[in-house]
Amino acid sequence: MTRSPRRFSLKEEGAKGVLIATVSTLVVIGLIVYLAVSSPYWSEFKDQFLNRQVFAESFPEILRAFRRNIFYFLTAEPVILAFALLLAVMRSSRGPVFFPLRLLSTIYVDLFRGIPTVLVVFALGFGVPALRIPGLPVDGWFWGWIALILSYSAYVAEVYRAGIESVHPSQTAASRALGLSRLQSLGSVVIPQAIRRVIPPLMNDFISLQKDTALIAFVSAFSVEAFLRAQRASEAAFNFTPLVGAAICFLIITIPMTRFTDWLLERQRRRRMAGGSV
Amino acid sequence: MSEAIRLEGVHKSFDELEVLKGIDLTVEDHQVVCLIGASGSGKSTLLRCINLLEQVDEGRIWVHGEDITARGVDQNEIRRRVGIVFQSFNLFPHMTVRRNVSLAPIKVLKHARSAAEANAEDLLARFGLADKAADYPDRLSGGQQQRVAIVRALAMDPDVLLLDEITSALDPELVAEVLDVIRELAGQGMTMVIATHEMHFARDVSNRVCFLDGGRILEEGPPDRMFSDPTNERTKRFLDRIIAAGRM
Repeated sequence: MTRSPRRFSLKEEGAKGVLIATVSTLVVIGLIVYLAVSSPYWSEFKDQFLNRQVFAESFPEILRAFRRNIFYFLTAEPVILAFALLLAVMRSSRGPVFFPLRLLSTIYVDLFRGIPTVLVVFALGFGVPALRIPGLPVDGWFWGWIALILSYSAYVAEVYRAGIESVHPSQTAASRALGLSRLQSLGSVVIPQAIRRVIPPLMNDFISLQKDTALIAFVSAFSVEAFLRAQRASEAAFNFTPLVGAAICFLIITIPMTRFTDWLLERQRRRRMAGGSV
Repeated sequence: MSEAIRLEGVHKSFDELEVLKGIDLTVEDHQVVCLIGASGSGKSTLLRCINLLEQVDEGRIWVHGEDITARGVDQNEIRRRVGIVFQSFNLFPHMTVRRNVSLAPIKVLKHARSAAEANAEDLLARFGLADKAADYPDRLSGGQQQRVAIVRALAMDPDVLLLDEITSALDPELVAEVLDVIRELAGQGMTMVIATHEMHFARDVSNRVCFLDGGRILEEGPPDRMFSDPTNERTKRFLDRIIAAGRM
């Protein structure tokens, strides 16, 4: 079990605690900064990675390009949530009639969880347009976007499945006993409870999806997102600072999401401790 | 009187363990039958078979003349006529009490939501739960939760109600409020099969008591005779132990 962040809450430790925490934080940070700055190559490093002028020139463009990442993320996520739920329900089906469904979804999940996302992005982003099938889009970014959906759906399906299996069988028994069909019972009783429980792990997958939208840069020269924009700026200026700028863009989104996820987890833990249902 | 439930030669095993070893039982309309016996004697499994939550291995069960163990029977249709209430309540924690009660009428009986909710409120009011309709189950006491579970089963207007040790998970001071509800239902002529450890209650409320032991009904009869003058040696010993434990 992970230790709760509450234990480290300064409120409970009083003024002395706050003082100790402040001093030790300053010492640690000071030490790290000192080690970096005292390095003989510090000024070169600073010029290459933290160049104020290059940053000022490149960052606004990168930030503008980052809107594409947000677009990829916001459009992929609902599709993933729906498709993964379908996969999870297929995999949780019972009875010999549904064996093919279970088999298909199991193969799917095994396959896409087993292949690095970057390979799926490459395979689809370069592969499908190369086939020149009439009627299909030929933009690399579109197939990179599809690749992210396919890959992440496998992960999210497993999260859902864990949630579905965590709902006690007596809940299914109670709903079936009232005459609800298996599907009705799943839809009204099991899945709503399952989703509540898996929101925090789902958030973790969203955070990684948000970062992985940068992979689309590898298969698209035209739809310029933040990472590609930064890379080009970096090549043009012979300087790595734009990449730091791109990193900042991602952090602006991912840090609040991470904190929010922690908060959700903590709230869930507290409710469980209080004996309430989650 | 017509026959509500009939079981003939019902057998049920879980893997190697044979839990029901040939049960014959008939329950007439408006009768209350109590099943008594030690834990593991097969009471719960018997009830779950009548509701089709378990499939029998052998034997047949009829509900109002319909063979529910036949192939191709519509399980959901049987279940809405045969209500069951569990020891552990099993309310849906993510729904309000009102929604718990109205869910099945809406989904299964296809009642309009407004009508189903109005009916739920009426039923809740009848059992002293009017002010709980908007609450979530975890805000309720165990006794209140179990009463909601009973109301939820009643909302389907079942022909028969099966009660599976519904007071066993309750604190002693909460048992009475739940048993009062059952007494009231018995008074209204509800056909019920009740698995219970509450012997006083069984004696009060039932028309007939069946003693289960090792998956068989060893003895059955009217409650007065069963409790005062059991003929079977094992029934005697079971009742002696209950009395020794101060439960009667």
